[in-house]
Amino acid sequence: MTSTDATPAIVPSFDSEVGPGRKLAIICSKGSLDMAYPGLILANAALGEGAEVHLFFTFWGFDMINKKTMGDLKFTMLGNTATHMPQGLGGLPGMTGMATSKLKKSIADLDVPEVPEFLEQIVASGGHLWACRMSADMNKLTMEDLYDEVEDIISASDFIEKTEGAQLLFI
Amino acid sequence: MPVTTLNGHEIHVSEEGFLTDPTEWDEGLASTLATQIGITLTDEHWNVIRFLRKDFEEVGETPTLRRVSTVGGIPIKTLFGLFPQKPAKKMAYVAGLPKPVGCV
Repeated sequence: MTSTDATPAIVPSFDSEVGPGRKLAIICSKGSLDMAYPGLILANAALGEGAEVHLFFTFWGFDMINKKTMGDLKFTMLGNTATHMPQGLGGLPGMTGMATSKLKKSIADLDVPEVPEFLEQIVASGGHLWACRMSADMNKLTMEDLYDEVEDIISASDFIEKTEGAQLLFI
Repeated sequence: MPVTTLNGHEIHVSEEGFLTDPTEWDEGLASTLATQIGITLTDEHWNVIRFLRKDFEEVGETPTLRRVSTVGGIPIKTLFGLFPQKPAKKMAYVAGLPKPVGCV
């Protein structure tokens, strides 16, 4: 069917590098816009490489799956020396709003979706979303309050059990 | 760049096996490439491949999964069904295009 040449055809070995056996667990513990993206981008990339991916939202990371806040995460210059701006500026009224809309624009320019749409894409790619039991209890939140695609509210030990053998990222 | 021969087509490929010259591709070759990675092309696959070729021609870059879904109108879930495990790379390979470079 292929060639009669003696040299074998060069064909990518898609299934040998990262097989369906690779598993990645990502713990999202931050609720600011800039810290929400690393987990989402890595989850999406891992799914695209055929890995099984589980995200666990805990503490401030709950803001990423709370229907009330998930579309409105913010970015602040305060306490973030990587902006290379005088720290005092960050405390001025309106600065967080301005920094947030600037960051949102840069992200949108790269055609990277906003947090709710990104979660939708991750779920469509086969990713699993889990909410932390203790964070839900502390904030008196139930499944009703959370993004519809969150599979369940589970304890930390349930998550560890579900992700046995996985590589783990804490963000 | 290595040259490889597939089903009578002599093609230039990257070290991994992706075509480096999109003009060496034709629809007959697509079926051969698909067979190499265990995929039998259906009309649905062809929809994706034709979108990839058209978009590459217009933009000069292999579209990411997100772009195929938002611009091409083919849902991400469908893409994972058609090109299992690594859809972005597999569909680029069959379409004779470089791997997508975008992160999302």
